[in-house]
Amino acid sequence: MAVAVAVDGLRKSYGTVEAVKGVTFSIEEGEVFALLGPNGAGKTTIVEILEGYRKRSAGTVEVLGMDPEKSSRRLKERIGIVLQESTTEPYLTVEEVLRQRTYWYPNPSNVDDVIALVGLEEKRRARLRTLSGGQQRRLDLALGLIGNPDLIFLDEPTTGFDPSARRASWVIIRNLCSLGKTVLLTTHYMDEAQHLANRVAVISGGVFVAEGTPDSLGGRNQAAVHIRFSLPDGITVHDLPIPARPDAAAGDVVIETQEPTAALARLTGWAVERRLELPGLSVTRPTLEDVYLELAGDPTDGAAADTTKATATTKATGTTKVTDATKAAS
Amino acid sequence: MKNDLELLGRQVGWEQRSYWRNPAAAGFSFVFPILIMVIFATTNGNGKIAELGNISYTQYYIPAIVAFGIMGVTFTNLAITVTFKREAGTLKRVRGAPLPSWIYLGGLIGNSIVVGILLTALVIAFGIIAYGVSIPGNIAALVVTLAVGAACFCAMGLAVTTVVPNADAAPAIVNLVFFPLLFISGTFFPISKGSVLTKIAGVFPVRHFITGTFAAFDPHAHSSLRGGDLLVMVGWGAVAMLVANRRFRWEASTT
Ligand SMILES: Nc1ncnc2c1ncn2[C@@H]1O[C@H](COP(=O)(O)OP(=O)(O)OP(=O)(O)O)[C@@H](O)[C@H]1O
Ligand SMILES: [Mg+2]
Repeated sequence: MAVAVAVDGLRKSYGTVEAVKGVTFSIEEGEVFALLGPNGAGKTTIVEILEGYRKRSAGTVEVLGMDPEKSSRRLKERIGIVLQESTTEPYLTVEEVLRQRTYWYPNPSNVDDVIALVGLEEKRRARLRTLSGGQQRRLDLALGLIGNPDLIFLDEPTTGFDPSARRASWVIIRNLCSLGKTVLLTTHYMDEAQHLANRVAVISGGVFVAEGTPDSLGGRNQAAVHIRFSLPDGITVHDLPIPARPDAAAGDVVIETQEPTAALARLTGWAVERRLELPGLSVTRPTLEDVYLELAGDPTDGAAADTTKATATTKATGTTKVTDATKAAS
Repeated sequence: MKNDLELLGRQVGWEQRSYWRNPAAAGFSFVFPILIMVIFATTNGNGKIAELGNISYTQYYIPAIVAFGIMGVTFTNLAITVTFKREAGTLKRVRGAPLPSWIYLGGLIGNSIVVGILLTALVIAFGIIAYGVSIPGNIAALVVTLAVGAACFCAMGLAVTTVVPNADAAPAIVNLVFFPLLFISGTFFPISKGSVLTKIAGVFPVRHFITGTFAAFDPHAHSSLRGGDLLVMVGWGAVAMLVANRRFRWEASTT
């Protein structure tokens, strides 16, 4: 498999602010690579350097074997770009802007196909200034695809989508990779990265704090399993057959274990013997979101790169945060 | 190259389509000059201008409004449109596409020129039919003068975007540069030759565009092509082109 994107020791400073502090990664052809990270982590900076919009301060970058700083027409013909911010040609219609773009590329996609792909059939004759925010984002996606690119950059492509539109765009992106296209995607949504990406890198404060498949990220597949339940009346943590920890925020207790089967057997055996019911009993592995919060630090504090400190705060407040974030995402 | 020219033609077509769908822009650069012409021609009725050999006011206004219209669709319209597109991120997006930048800008410039030609034809036809203005004596001289003027003011329009910080400021800054020059250059009323204002105006290309265009219409002029006027416009245009080439921004500033 050839390499579509190769980045080595990439750095970028804006004046005295160092936004990207030495990042190395590569993306294989046909792969979906997700950059995950809090606001201000440096995602857009990296993506826009690869797209040729910004000049790097140090390091080497190759996109489809070319240096994006050279800004060659040949490279631009082969990449599709969805910028983080939308923009319009307000007085033209959806169909017209797409048709216009087909003349810009040597080997464009079919306008009708692209319109259908992003689900804008009903708006094809609508002037762009009349589109809703989410429709505008779908058009952005369409504009990124119209040139029939080999490599597609998607900077937060589904921000502002309603849940069903988000699912629909996941299908589109999955279809792209089944066509052999390479995708670099940034997102704040864990489920999106989990669903789409072959590989995920978590970036925080301009450095990669973890990289791997969504399943293995941050040692998730080896991480302790959480067994949770509420204490039955009259039982304290000390009565339990295995060590447990009360979780004040969630109002229940947690057992962290590497051997969930054995632990469950002891716990439930003990409970059944005493004719006790364990309310709210659940067994969970840390979600990608838990791992992310641990790695990236407090999401409200964009610069947190101190993983150990972040881990400590997550332990204390993680549960509520996960709940909030899940609510916000759905 | 043939493909690029074809692409340029298409871009002009798209810009035209977009232009006529935007009533505000079309109104400002198209309807405004005609409105001004009608108002001035009506208020000054049958007056004559002694200093210019007793020609009628309308004989003066028509060329002045032709020049004004062209400056509006090139300088003002281009400067504001390009700034808006820059601030809205449209130019940035174009930079990420394989369309060569010059073709994109060429589409915007071509659009201005098409509108300028239509406007010129309309104003002249209106002058001839409604006010009995004499037909430009030397059509070739008129075309050359208008072409040089249009090129100069397109370049100036692109150059001025480099000092406009954001979209909100664009109309204010552009008109602040443009309107005082229009006034002292005799666009709306003839100005007397030796005055200080005229000397100041003589430094800038607006005055020369007006006198150059007027000459092509002037029934009393010896030569209808004024080389001096053309030279000043070429000079300003070249400087503007240099500035635009050096300092043109494709993205909204982040500061
Ligand atoms: N043009 C710029 N000039 C100065 N600083 C900048 C510029 N662009 C980005 N930065 C800074 O660089 C850092 C990284 O920004 P970047 O836009 O890459 O973050 P991001 O990960 O894309 O964030 P978000 O999730 O909010 O989109 C931030 O601290 C930001 O303020
Ligand atoms: Mg970003």
